[in-house]
Amino acid sequence: MCGIVGLFLKNPDLQPELGLLTSQMLKVMTERGPDSAGFAVYGGARHGQTKITVRGVAPAQTALFEKGLAGIAGPEMSVTCRNDHTVITLPTEHEQTVRRFIDAFGHGVAFVSSGDSIELYKGVGLPEDVAARFDLAGMRGTHAIGHTRMATESAVTTAGAHPFSTGPDQCLVHNGSLSNHNTLRRQLVREGLKFATENDSEVAAGYLSWRLSRGERLDEALTASLADLDGFYTFVVGTRDGFAVLRDPVACKPAVIAETDDYVAFASEYRAFARLPGIGQATVFEPEPQRVYHWEHAA
Amino acid sequence: MSNMQEIDLARCTLREANSQLQGEDATGAWVIRNPQGRHALAVGLNAPIDVMIDGQAGYYAGGMNKHANITIEGNAGPGVAENMMSGSTRVRGNASMAAGATGHGGLLVIDGDAGARCGISMKGIEIVVRGSVGHMSAFMAQSGTLVVCGDAGEALGDSLYEAKIFVRGEVRSLGADCEEKDMTADDLACLQSLLDRAGVTEYPADSFRLYGSARRLYHFHVDNAAAY
Repeated sequence: MCGIVGLFLKNPDLQPELGLLTSQMLKVMTERGPDSAGFAVYGGARHGQTKITVRGVAPAQTALFEKGLAGIAGPEMSVTCRNDHTVITLPTEHEQTVRRFIDAFGHGVAFVSSGDSIELYKGVGLPEDVAARFDLAGMRGTHAIGHTRMATESAVTTAGAHPFSTGPDQCLVHNGSLSNHNTLRRQLVREGLKFATENDSEVAAGYLSWRLSRGERLDEALTASLADLDGFYTFVVGTRDGFAVLRDPVACKPAVIAETDDYVAFASEYRAFARLPGIGQATVFEPEPQRVYHWEHAA
Repeated sequence: MSNMQEIDLARCTLREANSQLQGEDATGAWVIRNPQGRHALAVGLNAPIDVMIDGQAGYYAGGMNKHANITIEGNAGPGVAENMMSGSTRVRGNASMAAGATGHGGLLVIDGDAGARCGISMKGIEIVVRGSVGHMSAFMAQSGTLVVCGDAGEALGDSLYEAKIFVRGEVRSLGADCEEKDMTADDLACLQSLLDRAGVTEYPADSFRLYGSARRLYHFHVDNAAAY
């Protein structure tokens, strides 16, 4: 069992409340996943700039880490620390050099995500505590995806928490379990992908990133996953401009969607919607199995 | 409405609410305010009372009901009215998966759509869905009646024993050992009575088709191995 929440804002006036609403939804899903939690928040994209999220920069290493970054990206770079996660905003041309610097830095520093607008945070503990650690309630943005984990396929660690980001501005959260992830992981490794964990959901994320990197659209990649992924799943996949939902053909993992003029919300259970504004007038429905649902902001 | 007894879940716990309703000597009409999608609302009732859930219900609403008449004003989550013995449950909105699962008796009416596996393993319950039902509805149904005014998803009535399934719209596919049957005068009368009790007056009984068990898989026969 795991809990998933997602919130896609149509009304820009709600953007300052994105984090607060997401944190409320996440907390309600604690009973579905009390061991760890995580969330991706999208927003603040600026032309020519890339955001990179890393985690595990210890206080004793901060000065060395930031000095190294400044040496690559210069004065146009900015660094924001939230607990053990750090968001680096830098000119896009320096992204690959900074990625190599992060990968080589050591001391437990791990790359988390990168893209125009994604910031991704995750950790072990009750969802409420994880959200408070990073001040999710204070974040703003255009859309967000969150996950509360009850581990089945791999250990309870920060790296094993969702969302998993395996491509630019992409992330995936998963409720369920895959049964062919080891085979698929080996195939994807042969295609050049790297995986950080033994987790089945990371393989699903990598699979989608791989297809997207070959030029497929998100809905095409998701449709292909129906044939290639074996197991139980409800996926929510975040991209720079929106999110998509897919359930496996058996659809025993729950999913419910609420839509108003102001937002589209996704959750594993209706309870998570109870405090959303205007939920009483929302259209509430259950997504059909094997059908890709997709909401996007105009680019 | 003035003599309705009110339970406000903004002010009491779910357990307090359910224990007020569960007594065999409970009487009258009740309303549950602020349900907010909580699970296990009005479960295990055992007296002929009327209960209105004034909003959205979570998992297993009205489960194991005996005698009570329950109305859910909004949508219901998975397993609404599961294992109902008698009484009735009405969902004014949509129901999620496994509505009426394993029910032995009583009447479940869903004014909207029902999700996957509606009436799974039903054992005598009567279910009327005004909208459509999802895949594998009436899976392993043993007795009772499922009426679908809209469409039915894949594998309707898979591994069916003796329940009757009436569908007015399209059936995407039939499950193993489920087949269309000729509608007898008794079947029509049974359907009409059920539609009347469900308050569904917009569709004539003769606009439905009847599906039931082909009875080929009751006992294992090696020639049927591929059908399971």
